[in-house]
Amino acid sequence: MRPEDYDMNVEIAWCPGCGNFSILRALKMALADLDILPERLVLVSGIGQAGKLPQYLKCNHFNGLHGRSLPAAVAIKATNPQLTVIDVSGDGCMYGEGGNHLIHNIRRNPDITTIVHGNMVYGLTKGQASPTSQPGFRTPVQVQGVFEEPFNPLAVAVALGATFVARAFSGDVERTRDILVEAISHHGYALVDIFQPCVTFNRVNTFQWFREHTYYTDHDPADRLLALEKSLEGYGGGRFPLGVIYRVEGERTFEENLSVYHGDATPLWRRSHDPDKLKRLIESKRMV
Amino acid sequence: MSRVRGGENSTLIRVSSTPVRAFIERVDVLFALSPGAVEHMDGRVKDTLVIADEEFHEEGAISLPIMGEAEKLGGRIFANVVAAGAAANLFGVREETFDEAVRSLFERKGPDIVEADLRAGRKGYELGDELREHLEISIEPQPSVREHVVLNGTEAVGIGCIAGGCRFMSSYPMTPSTPLQVFISENAAEFDMVFEQAEDEIAAINMCLGASYAGARSLVATSGSGFALMEEAVGLAGMIETPVVIYIGQRPGPAVGLPTRTAQEDLNLALYAGPGEFPRAILAPGKLEDAPEIAAHAFNLADRYQIPVFLLSDQYLADLYYDLPSPQIGEEPSYHITRTWEGYRRFEFTADGISPRGIPGYGSGTVRVDSDEHDEEGLITEDLDVRRRMVEKRNLRLEMLKDDTLKPEVYGDNSSALICWGSTYWLVREAIESSGADVSMVHFSQVYPLPHDTLELLESFDRTAVVENNYRGQFADLLKLEGFEADERFRRYDGMPFSVEGVAGFIEEVLL
Repeated sequence: MRPEDYDMNVEIAWCPGCGNFSILRALKMALADLDILPERLVLVSGIGQAGKLPQYLKCNHFNGLHGRSLPAAVAIKATNPQLTVIDVSGDGCMYGEGGNHLIHNIRRNPDITTIVHGNMVYGLTKGQASPTSQPGFRTPVQVQGVFEEPFNPLAVAVALGATFVARAFSGDVERTRDILVEAISHHGYALVDIFQPCVTFNRVNTFQWFREHTYYTDHDPADRLLALEKSLEGYGGGRFPLGVIYRVEGERTFEENLSVYHGDATPLWRRSHDPDKLKRLIESKRMV
Repeated sequence: MSRVRGGENSTLIRVSSTPVRAFIERVDVLFALSPGAVEHMDGRVKDTLVIADEEFHEEGAISLPIMGEAEKLGGRIFANVVAAGAAANLFGVREETFDEAVRSLFERKGPDIVEADLRAGRKGYELGDELREHLEISIEPQPSVREHVVLNGTEAVGIGCIAGGCRFMSSYPMTPSTPLQVFISENAAEFDMVFEQAEDEIAAINMCLGASYAGARSLVATSGSGFALMEEAVGLAGMIETPVVIYIGQRPGPAVGLPTRTAQEDLNLALYAGPGEFPRAILAPGKLEDAPEIAAHAFNLADRYQIPVFLLSDQYLADLYYDLPSPQIGEEPSYHITRTWEGYRRFEFTADGISPRGIPGYGSGTVRVDSDEHDEEGLITEDLDVRRRMVEKRNLRLEMLKDDTLKPEVYGDNSSALICWGSTYWLVREAIESSGADVSMVHFSQVYPLPHDTLELLESFDRTAVVENNYRGQFADLLKLEGFEADERFRRYDGMPFSVEGVAGFIEEVLL
């Protein structure tokens, strides 16, 4: 496949210069590299500017509710494990509204990928703080500046044992593509947090700022303690590491643990209905 | 009681030569296994033969050494089986039949437990001989019931869900919907279903929508408070025209209310749940005999019209057990899934508002659904003309749905009628039968949308009253919206079901 094979002939409603454009481009390149057919691919999203991404990519898409993309995504995969399921979300959608689902889907380890557009601000609702906004960030709502600790998705994911945890920077399309290729081909749950500047509502964390505050790490991602250490970097000073932070292979996925798929990969909707089995169940309710 | 162990609990068993299926206040024989038992029965012990454990000296009661015998057999845990043995003997159940019942009940707990319970049951049976010296109960055995199965309301619904092709269930535990979650989960491996306990109610219903989008018939079960959390996703189901079956085991609210009691208070919640306007159907089985068929129908209806369909049950129906002939399971579920093609449009405008429903991975097209207003392809639009047509398309299906309803059941041929819905079926019917009054019953197992001829039917009675387990008279209000105002409303909202005596008293005082 070529990246253009995923093109949609629609107007894109992101601000000119938005970091989302490069995420879209990197994703198309990754999908083309992996040769994933549009009709076998499902993009699932919630609400926000990131949530619109599936509109701009030729594939199946389920754009649901704010913060609720993961429950839908895990169920789509559990209904038909033959589909490639990618969940696209923003930092508010995934870490704010959807935080509980993130925690529990890491526990489930479904074979899906979550891509979070992290711009440290709420863009769709015009400029409030997000769970990842940096301390001191002033908005019309956070008038004294943010004083809460930013949410650290990578540390949470590593601590919970997510099987693939990575961070990318949308200013670097090639490397973002590489990370996405690894994430999508990973067997198990993959979380990719992508730094993505909001050119309209975040004048602090700009392309330049992210360039200055990140670096590519080359540590051994299989080392969980080291991964945890890496995931803590950048908070309260220093630079944020980019690349694969943590990866563990060979863990059973959610779908593999479901009894219906033991020895039979047929999607649920293709399974036939057996009235005789049901008759036996009813007969088992005869007491004597 | 909403506690795990301890406290006072009672089980009401009715024994008769003819079928009895409803709750009555009257207690003829009470086996009191704790000192607080009589008091717990709250005034229902009148002219009652009390059989009490000899450890506590209940005045006027027949004393039996139930606890003492249970302890000799290994612990107080056997007291229930000892008492059951005594009761079985008293009611003329043959000892072999009773043994068989004990075996089938404890089989899955292993041979040691079965043996111990059989011993306890036999001991109880012996004690029953003593009881027979005090009183004689003569119940004519009905051999035909050997052919019957014994179900509770939850199992009856659960069987219907499987019959309706349910393939996916995710839920968060909440009384009294949890038993349905247990039922589906126990049968998931055998019937190719996925059951997942979600992290919360919001996840549960969003998972169901994801599963349904991908082609699996899906079910979510909860109670009022839990459902309140799901409302946003009900709107999503409406917007993306994705079928889902929502089982609400009602209990008294608001908020967490009385967790282990019963009510019919969530009709309005189901009726109005979700932002915006879109069609839905609300079914409320009244009896175990037709609950399987109604539950199966819910899945077919959801699939055919691509809408959320509610199954309203309640604690009373969910936990009620009785024997009945094996439910007949209807034909194969009818599926409405289309293979997609290049250029397939999920929300294509059609004459009846129903677009061919494709699912991802089946065919060469792509299936795009969006919670924002969208065009035929599922792409976000702000075109106001498309918006208007989409609203019409979504709501058009309600008109078709009105022609595809479950008709109310009319019992009797009188000029006055008791109108009821859901779990009150047998309560009302037995009250009418036992009072001998010239009153009919009109029972609705589909409460929304109502059949076209509802108004005509109800207006054919001179005098009517609506019986329901809530304070407002929610169904009576719904009928009023349809243009019918009943003369009376008989309501109970203390957390208990109606009793046969209560409804009979209402008939005599008000309706006659």
